[in-house]
Amino acid sequence: MEALIQWLVMTFPPLSEGLARFIVYVLYSAVLAFVAPVIIVVAYTYMERKVLARIQDRIGPNRAGPLGIFQGFADAIKMLTKEDVTPASADRIVFNLAPILATIAAILVFAVLPVAPGVIGADLQAGILYVVAIGALSEVAALMAGWSSNNKFALLGTFRAVAQLIAYEIPIVLAILAVVVATGSMQMSAIVAAQDIPFAVVLPVAFLIFLIASIAEIGRCPFDLLEAESEIVAGFHVEYSGMKFAFFFIGEYMHLFASAGVATTLFLGGWRGPFAGPDSLLGVLLGFVYFVIKTTAIIWVMMWVRGTLFRIRIDHLLDFAWKFLVPLGLILLVTVAIALKLPVLSTFVLRWVALLVANVMTALLMVIAVVALARRSRSAALREVAGIEY
Amino acid sequence: MLSEFAFVGVLVIFATMLPVAGLAVAWLIRPKKPNPIKQSTYECGIKTRGETWVQFRACYYVFALLFVVFDVEAAFLLPWAVAYQQLALYAVIEAIIFVAILALALIYAWRKGALRWI
Repeated sequence: MEALIQWLVMTFPPLSEGLARFIVYVLYSAVLAFVAPVIIVVAYTYMERKVLARIQDRIGPNRAGPLGIFQGFADAIKMLTKEDVTPASADRIVFNLAPILATIAAILVFAVLPVAPGVIGADLQAGILYVVAIGALSEVAALMAGWSSNNKFALLGTFRAVAQLIAYEIPIVLAILAVVVATGSMQMSAIVAAQDIPFAVVLPVAFLIFLIASIAEIGRCPFDLLEAESEIVAGFHVEYSGMKFAFFFIGEYMHLFASAGVATTLFLGGWRGPFAGPDSLLGVLLGFVYFVIKTTAIIWVMMWVRGTLFRIRIDHLLDFAWKFLVPLGLILLVTVAIALKLPVLSTFVLRWVALLVANVMTALLMVIAVVALARRSRSAALREVAGIEY
Repeated sequence: MLSEFAFVGVLVIFATMLPVAGLAVAWLIRPKKPNPIKQSTYECGIKTRGETWVQFRACYYVFALLFVVFDVEAAFLLPWAVAYQQLALYAVIEAIIFVAILALALIYAWRKGALRWI
């Protein structure tokens, strides 16, 4: 951003720096708010339907254009022209505001994503904290949607949605804490700069916690009880139709890309790759390409998980969060903190090796604990039910 | 430091324009034929009975309370994490004691049955 502003000031002498900065901000905001949602939603809904279809041994959309690539536009036109049936007893103002807030919350995360070397909207000193805070905003949108619909299904869906979203926010924050401990800063560009070795290699447990908790935060399968058609009849957006429903949908896909983007920045090294750097235009473009490739890879893994695993029941979901992920996150934080302060860390490589060993040990510890507890409860149940000594 | 958020301010304005513009376009294009049956509350085909906005059960509140406790803990651990590399081992031990106290709180809530979703 700064490089572009300086270039503008030098090329057009009548521009002052403040005005150049304003112009760059307005252009980048317009791209993020108008161009990015359209491209992301069209591309990733198509990708999702094709990927899921191939996993389920069918073809997927192939009618709307060659290979079905215009399916996203067809869906957009359909949503635009559907009638908007608002229940007569709904709370109008909140009902209309909820999808707007869901979309705004999803778009705002993009302000701190370092999509290319030197291209970041606002390089906040508390960048990652900003991401967590905006994630909480989308929960408010879900609450508003369900409460204002004046529908018992919507209300139940909202309660479950909020319980799930707040339960999975803690593991996300704990995984982020592990990364911040390893980096020493909350600034997104500093986190990218500290990843000579991507943190997914060095902190694999934190990466897994972040991925799983992100899938739950977005509300995708296997954690999509909130909006599952067969379970709670579309949950908190049961009374929405037409464009308002489309905006929840857009919000979900933007949130997907934003979460994958944050995961890429924190764990996969962001825009880093061979020949990507802030010095030349080619380096900047290559960095952007690497960022998109890595984010798409993470999104592909999330779609793969969606097509493979079954939906998890609400109490299992909350148990998984509070009784597994939160203790795992706390133990991980403690082991990472101890491992980085050991006096053996004279060289750079030993530091990362110590972190990796700490992560692997934490993972093994949790696996052993879970297996032992499961075996104990299973033998207790067998003893009670059938008198079998296992 | 407030000037760091200038971009966020501009993005909020543009991000508000997108859904408002989309909804405005939809309002112009879509059909508008409301009737009382269409606008009644959806309950899988039968008429709904009773108020919807009733008091809700206490288990939701307990989860929210536990979330607040852990969120505040994370908020306190964030500055510690940022300053971690300049701290001595003593500060790490202190933070571990802090995390242990809150882990005890989680175990207490677990054993008391507060984490059961009924």
